[in-house]
Amino acid sequence: MSGALLVVEDLNVTFPGRTGATRAVRNASFTLGRERLGIVGESGSGKSTTGRALLGLIPRPGIVTARTMTYAGEDLLKCSERDWQRLRGRRMSMVLQDPKYSLNPVRTVGRQIAETCLLHLGTSHREAERRTLAMLEAVRIRNPEVVYHLHPHQLSGGMGQRVMIAMMLIAEPDLLIADEPTSALDVTVQNEVLRILDDLVSERGMGLIFISHNLTVVSSFCDRVLVMYGGRIVEEIAARDLHNARHPYTRALVASAPSLDEPRAKLATVTRDPAWLR
Amino acid sequence: MSTTGTAGVFLDPPRTHLAAVVLRRTGSFLASLAATFIGLTAVTFFISRLTKIDPVLAVVGDKATKAAYDRAYEALGLGQSIFVQYFIYLRRLLGGDFGMSVLTARPVLSDLVRVFPATFELATIATIVGVLVGVPAGVLAAARQGRWPDHVIRVVGLFGYSVPVFWLGLVGLFVFYGKLGWVSGTGRLDVFFDDVVTPRTGVILIDSALDGNWEIFANAFSHLILPASILGYYSLAYIARMTRSFMIDQLSQEYVTAARIKGNSFWRAVWRHAFPNIMVPLITVIGLSYASLLEGAVLTETVFAWPGLGLYITNALFNSDMNAVLGGTVLVGAVFIGINQVCDLLYRLFDPRLRAT
Amino acid sequence: MSTALGQWLMSETPTSRRQAILGNAYRAVRAIVANPTALAGLVIVAVLVLMAVFAPLLALGKSPLDQDLAGRLAPPSAAHWFGTDELGRDIFARTLFGARVTLTIVLLVSVVVAPIGLAVGTVAGYLGGWVDTVLMRITDIFLAFPRLVLALAFAAALGPGIENAVIAISLTAWPAYARIARSETLAIAHSDFIQAVVLQGASTWRILFRHIVPLCLSSVIVRLTLDMAGIILTAAGLGFLGLGAQPPAAEWGAMVSSGRDVILDQWWVATIPGVAIFIVSLGFNLLGDGLRDVFDPKSA
Repeated sequence: MSGALLVVEDLNVTFPGRTGATRAVRNASFTLGRERLGIVGESGSGKSTTGRALLGLIPRPGIVTARTMTYAGEDLLKCSERDWQRLRGRRMSMVLQDPKYSLNPVRTVGRQIAETCLLHLGTSHREAERRTLAMLEAVRIRNPEVVYHLHPHQLSGGMGQRVMIAMMLIAEPDLLIADEPTSALDVTVQNEVLRILDDLVSERGMGLIFISHNLTVVSSFCDRVLVMYGGRIVEEIAARDLHNARHPYTRALVASAPSLDEPRAKLATVTRDPAWLR
Repeated sequence: MSTTGTAGVFLDPPRTHLAAVVLRRTGSFLASLAATFIGLTAVTFFISRLTKIDPVLAVVGDKATKAAYDRAYEALGLGQSIFVQYFIYLRRLLGGDFGMSVLTARPVLSDLVRVFPATFELATIATIVGVLVGVPAGVLAAARQGRWPDHVIRVVGLFGYSVPVFWLGLVGLFVFYGKLGWVSGTGRLDVFFDDVVTPRTGVILIDSALDGNWEIFANAFSHLILPASILGYYSLAYIARMTRSFMIDQLSQEYVTAARIKGNSFWRAVWRHAFPNIMVPLITVIGLSYASLLEGAVLTETVFAWPGLGLYITNALFNSDMNAVLGGTVLVGAVFIGINQVCDLLYRLFDPRLRAT
Repeated sequence: MSTALGQWLMSETPTSRRQAILGNAYRAVRAIVANPTALAGLVIVAVLVLMAVFAPLLALGKSPLDQDLAGRLAPPSAAHWFGTDELGRDIFARTLFGARVTLTIVLLVSVVVAPIGLAVGTVAGYLGGWVDTVLMRITDIFLAFPRLVLALAFAAALGPGIENAVIAISLTAWPAYARIARSETLAIAHSDFIQAVVLQGASTWRILFRHIVPLCLSSVIVRLTLDMAGIILTAAGLGFLGLGAQPPAAEWGAMVSSGRDVILDQWWVATIPGVAIFIVSLGFNLLGDGLRDVFDPKSA
């Protein structure tokens, strides 16, 4: 593992509310180098919140605190809005779940991709267009010149997600956070998109945080896995060691994934122990 | 719907299908417009028969000879069923015959043409004020939802829904004309400027500018500013509220977050990403606001002695000039209906969710 | 809530129909009181009702009709809290009695508009088909009419007066309720509990009246409260033009109109009734906003 890109110690994200505060993320600590880290958990486990906290996108009235949160030496806790604008898109980026909602409906996809270029790389419009077309090819879209002028509702799910990836990688960030990148896609299309992501991340030597509820996908895609439950990281383990996991929740997750090699009469479920929440 | 392969599929409606959809929608729009107009004229026709005034006299005047009276009686179809009478009425309206005004002794239609520009001027300036102030205010309130700019703007808007326009006009005159002397009093121009400007469009601001007569322009402006501001306040209360509501909706969408992830600043994400998505519903809102201002002008014109359509109708009312009242009603109603229907159509035509179907 | 009654009302498992209905009403009242906008609006509306009902008492014996030409246009003082108008009548008393007119109009319009709207909307939504199309066409036609101008035309034809004003306003107000009732009905028309009642053999009218209408009520009430503000303003506008309650009756819009000529010197004659209109309208707006937050938070 090369030198750590991202260092996080004791990250806490709290949302004050009328009936008391909700602690969405509690004391999360991890590091990331130029490798692939998966974060697995169910809804409400805090995995997406962690991802957004890393980009400074926790909306008011949420409060983000941490002992340390640095990216490539830059202290993220002290970032002003202008600092964030400099970082987002250019140094760190995020792919969202559903292109139906995460792409601007009234703009052509080409212009949306080109915008990232124009914001950060100071290129001319012509150059930005050229790079956009190149990026569309890199995500294996045929006829990039045609697709450039389409609107998001004219694309299928798989294409939309590839456009999303293009949009977020065109400025060549070092860190990509993928928040459920394939959860909204048909199973047949998922593998295709994952392969594209795989190739691009490897080619560019990026760090990747892959957030998902699907342990099977994460374990095959990532080097290391963080398992989150109730806002806490309950296990940190190498992907190939998952069958030897120690925490009962992780073991239950692994056990509940059906396998064609070992057919079972009954599928296992997770029995939750309230002790895990403390 | 999707085929296999890495090329992906795009959903592109074939051209002929699109044309058929547009044709069908325009057709139903025209039918709806016609139905509503017929409904309006049916109501005005009904009202005209409610009065005790003899409908024949209303057409020929009370100095007509018996022969003229009889001819008019036949022409109006008064011997026949009510439906025939209504159709005759409708045909007359469509031909531009709104009857004669008792007060001015001229055809109502020519009166309406004469007074309409004044109301048009007022409503247009008020809407411009409403848009220029109301839209940014609504965006600001949505972007700062729950914080003090939002509260202030909502309160200002709330007052706009609660204050009676005629009262605000009076108070405005009292404060800004009576006490402060910042603006001119009632009417469109000071009396000694009457008839100095050549009436080309009927809109004094434009006509005096075309003449190069800046003294009159300034005078007209100082008369216009107060009533236009007051009407503009109502416009901006409504527009700000709707803009805020639309923007709150958009700002909660994922694509705005995506825009910020790309590196857009908050305000860039608001104005360059979210705002373009509300333009279509916003335009229909502005249209509806304009339509309702035509109505609000009735009371404002009374307070400010503004010689427009509203004052014309109320004067006719006080003088029991039924033709003029109903003629004015049909005109206001038709414009009102027209704007409403067009806005409805625009909204349904351009709603992005319907674009893909 | 520690009292036995409180617990009975808030119980999650009511054992009788009455308990369920009262429990819901109690919860609704509590929610309204907890919401500051709704509470402010409720207070204002309650004050309006009290003013109207107890006007003679609150006016401390002064009549809204007694003229005193010697003491006309007097500024606010201890003797006349709001001053006197151009005929020497006490404005405070006239404002109080004007509340009666306002309240009358509000009640009359509600009583006309809500049932018609509910009837048309629920029938259209439940029966569907051509009945729906025809009724909705008619609704759309009336929805497109300009309210004030049409009211003017009516008043011109029928003569001024409260009844005609109410008719004119109701004519353009009912369509909105038909629309609301229809969309609520469409949402529940094919649900299981309605099917159950159908299977029990209930007639269409019974289904509509006893099952569907009660479920539309909350939306209709919210809309009605919000519309009240606009209706009060329209009615005041008509009064301003001399088409509402006729003199010598005290009506706020007419009072503003009569103060118009003396606005520059005796500002209170026109200003004070206008403030009353404003406050009452504001009250209904606040109450309506608050009720909407409580009953239908999705449509902010």
